[in-house]
Amino acid sequence: MSTTDTFLRARAPESDPYRLGRDRGWAGPNGGGIGRDYSTGHGEGGPASKSVIVGFGFWVFLLSDIVMFSAFFAAHAVLQSATAGGPSGHDLFDPRNIVIETSCLLLSSFTCGLSAVAASMRSQLGTQFWLLITGILGLAFLAFEARDFATMIAAGAGPQRSAFLSSFFSVVGLHGLHVSAGLLWLGTMMAQVFVKGFRPVIMRRLLCFNLFWHVLDIIWVALFTIVYLMGEGL
Amino acid sequence: MSHETDRNVDDVGPGVMEAVDRSIGEKIQGYAIGLTLAVMLTAASFGVVYTDLIWGPAIPAALVALAVAQIGVHLVFFLHLTTAPDNTNNALALAFGVLIVTLIIAGSLWIIAHLNQNMMPMHQMMQMQR
Repeated sequence: MSTTDTFLRARAPESDPYRLGRDRGWAGPNGGGIGRDYSTGHGEGGPASKSVIVGFGFWVFLLSDIVMFSAFFAAHAVLQSATAGGPSGHDLFDPRNIVIETSCLLLSSFTCGLSAVAASMRSQLGTQFWLLITGILGLAFLAFEARDFATMIAAGAGPQRSAFLSSFFSVVGLHGLHVSAGLLWLGTMMAQVFVKGFRPVIMRRLLCFNLFWHVLDIIWVALFTIVYLMGEGL
Repeated sequence: MSHETDRNVDDVGPGVMEAVDRSIGEKIQGYAIGLTLAVMLTAASFGVVYTDLIWGPAIPAALVALAVAQIGVHLVFFLHLTTAPDNTNNALALAFGVLIVTLIIAGSLWIIAHLNQNMMPMHQMMQMQR
């Protein structure tokens, strides 16, 4: 009866991540049909695992970070046309560079996800490789952004030129600072995975790093839309 | 049922789906789908601005729609935000975050736009100060 088997497998305690009891039941290894403790909870039964709690706490921090970014975005949206006779976004932004920076960050988000898959396989080589690629893409992003900033400042369009440029440098620079902090974190994670292996605490830190890196990409989506593309349209 | 699988299952805490959830191929496929959708939406955003496909005054609305769609793709395929029982708190926290972000951005734009409208034009103010 293959359908019954599938049904039993789907309902078996080991496929239910929310079950309460995780020990073998009184039935022993082979007694009582499936042979596992059935005094289990489903759905919201039982305390959440530590990685769920850590993930939630870090997610709340990331949301507070997003709220902080939204204040910078609001300032930029308000000041976008306050150029004080200076250069506007249309004069300054090079679409080619924005496309390159966006590709770097988007691909690094993807490779960061692959590093999480490799870590779930407990593959040291795979995790280190994909984390390294993520770091290289992040560095490339920062290099392009720094070159953009240097070109603008050399052309006399530094943050002191107009309210528009002050808010532009704050919001883009703040994101760049986050990427730099993320790269430092990435380096320490590579070292920790190498030295300590895939113990639960390292897996939780990798989870938090992954969340952080993906959120940086989400902020960049808002950033290239509001700052670059809308600035270009105005 | 071998002892090997039993031990692996017991090593995983409740709520941690990785050992019992999806295969490696499915996980990679999820990230690949996310990347494909994100690339398409990014390309569409740039296309809207740098081509004449869309009527000029509609460009900001199109950009906002594409950005919201892309953020949704990132949340689902990269951050794995779902409505599973261990994820409801995450989804609720996100909803609260979206509320605050909307209030800050839309509120600022609204207030400053009204302020600009009610302000005396700068050259008049200069004349009064003389």
